[in-house]
Amino acid sequence: MFKEYNPLDDKLFQVIDKDGKILAKKHMPDISDERVIQAFNDMLFARTADMMAVSYQRQGRMFTYPPNFGQEAISGGLAVVMRDQDWLVPAFRELGAWLAKGASLKEIFLYFMGYEDGTVFKDAKNITPIAVPIASQLLHAVGIGYAIKYRKLDSVVYAIVGDGGTSTGDFHEALNFAAVWDAPVVFIVQNNQFAISVPFKKQTRSINIAVKGIAYGMECIKVDGNDLFAMVKALQEAAKLAGEGKPVLIEALTYRRGAHTTSDDPTKYRTKEEEETWALADPIDRLRKYLVSKKLWNEDSEEALLAQFKKEIDRQFEEAENYPAYALDDVFKFHYADMPADLRRQQVEYEKFLQWKEARK
Amino acid sequence: MNLVTAINQAIDIKLSEDPNVVVFGEDVGVEGGVFRVTEGLQQKYGEARVFDSPLAESAIIGTAVGMCMNGLRPVVEMQFSGFAYPGFNQMISHAARMRNRTRGRYTTPMVIRMPYGGGINALEHHSESMEALYGHIPGLKVVIPSTPYDAKGLLISAIESDDTIIFMEPKRIYRAIKQEVPEEKFSIEIGKAKVLNAGTDVTLVAYGAMVREAQKAVALAKKENVSVELIDLRTIYPIDRETIVNSVKKTGRLVVVHEGPTTFGVAAELTAIVNEDSFLSLEAPVKRVTGFDTIVPLPRGEHHYIITPERIHFELMKTARF
Repeated sequence: MFKEYNPLDDKLFQVIDKDGKILAKKHMPDISDERVIQAFNDMLFARTADMMAVSYQRQGRMFTYPPNFGQEAISGGLAVVMRDQDWLVPAFRELGAWLAKGASLKEIFLYFMGYEDGTVFKDAKNITPIAVPIASQLLHAVGIGYAIKYRKLDSVVYAIVGDGGTSTGDFHEALNFAAVWDAPVVFIVQNNQFAISVPFKKQTRSINIAVKGIAYGMECIKVDGNDLFAMVKALQEAAKLAGEGKPVLIEALTYRRGAHTTSDDPTKYRTKEEEETWALADPIDRLRKYLVSKKLWNEDSEEALLAQFKKEIDRQFEEAENYPAYALDDVFKFHYADMPADLRRQQVEYEKFLQWKEARK
Repeated sequence: MNLVTAINQAIDIKLSEDPNVVVFGEDVGVEGGVFRVTEGLQQKYGEARVFDSPLAESAIIGTAVGMCMNGLRPVVEMQFSGFAYPGFNQMISHAARMRNRTRGRYTTPMVIRMPYGGGINALEHHSESMEALYGHIPGLKVVIPSTPYDAKGLLISAIESDDTIIFMEPKRIYRAIKQEVPEEKFSIEIGKAKVLNAGTDVTLVAYGAMVREAQKAVALAKKENVSVELIDLRTIYPIDRETIVNSVKKTGRLVVVHEGPTTFGVAAELTAIVNEDSFLSLEAPVKRVTGFDTIVPLPRGEHHYIITPERIHFELMKTARF
């Protein structure tokens, strides 16, 4: 597969086309119909939650939020392939993958409401916190991979970054270290073609992102990130290689249909025509077409399902809204194993001010 | 005009009069920056002079060093100060040292602009005030305006300066303050603080977004018959020792306000300065009303961290009545 789709030829690895028809049967991943239906459900749930997050933000009930709209098949593929013992090292736009790893929607809402508690993911196994500084988390992924090898564990690391992140030194250092250390890491670049306003062609002159892996001596492939089956297949193959100590770079080509974050206005830097063209390649629509053609999905029942999702999402959002107020202690107590006396003093002094303020009321 | 417009005008003026000035960074071209500070400049001056760079702060500052060594005067943007750290190596190891290690043969006349500070309900890494880090690096100058007028005049001086200037913009007040600012070119000398309010009982020093909070505290103190001399520091390095010391010699008391962490901060430096030069005038210990030595909490906890006029007032009164 990696030979057939050599990034130097700039071939895109696809399994189904825009209408959900199978293009390459031999590349169809080994996945049951039930699992595909589950994956579709999960992607639909993630999209519904994502849309609702944007609307909660618009209502002033949440702070800045980065929408996933249009990129659900990448997380969807990870959800299928990741095992409990595998690690997920996320950036900040892979909602479905966080949920698949065991993060709760409530926690995710909490994070974007402004609580650190929301990025702890306490019930999720082997997941690192949401990473806002671009690409720096990739090096942690390599360190985690080294520890897997050193501790002789059966585990693979899935590390995520965007197209903009591939311009940073950290991206290149991470690839190089992973290759030199034979670390079990699969790097996934969500190439949604924009780093805020900066388009792919201004980010790199490489013909694609996958090609960058060649120089580091690793297997790499450019995958249609809006094609769930292509993502699953590529991730399965990559996981096998990574498990043998051969890190892999997967470029998942997609399109951010929404804004960079709720603070961003994409009309400033891209055209309606382009957005409409990419809407035709929407990952959820494609998978639905596939499922309908296989008689695995009844579109009529989708409305009821969505209503059920919305109810559940609202429930978790309301739980997040009713989260306890942020205690003063929580500002201080997590910085050190033992709080330095000087820091304690700062808190005590501040409490004196609060008492004075209270007394003046 | 507001702070955003004032900064835009300063860059515009320098682009128009000096062909060696170039402006670049992430999203600064087509989009005009995430805060729209460079809006319209690419359209006006073309892509060779105002442009989007790939995403890499280290590369932005490193390439700016090279541009300086070959005759240009770059004005670069770090999208948020919290994202500037990959560029720190280039700032410390090269921009700050180039003049000294080449005995003046090469210089780095660049401006590194960065929005900083809290109070805007931002995501992680978007709220910190790390001016003390830059102030601590030999070879850098650090400027922080608090008004549109000062922003314009100081940025023009910064772009004209032959040194590397870290120009930190209090994003919380980007659009919060409007002020009459002359359309034409004017400059304000770097390294000069400004007495905003003459007073006799306590000297209060602030800068950036904290100046407004300090002004409110001055009004609160006035109600209790405490006369406060308010100084806007404006430049973190080189620090205006003279203005601070003269004021403290008069009032005998000093309170310093800043958002950044307390320990090894700007207030600690000011404390040392008044100890050195006005020790015998001091009638109370210098008080720091400054950020905790913690990471700025996410928005739901930020009210604990953010310094309010009330908190400044509380400490001002204690110092006044010490």
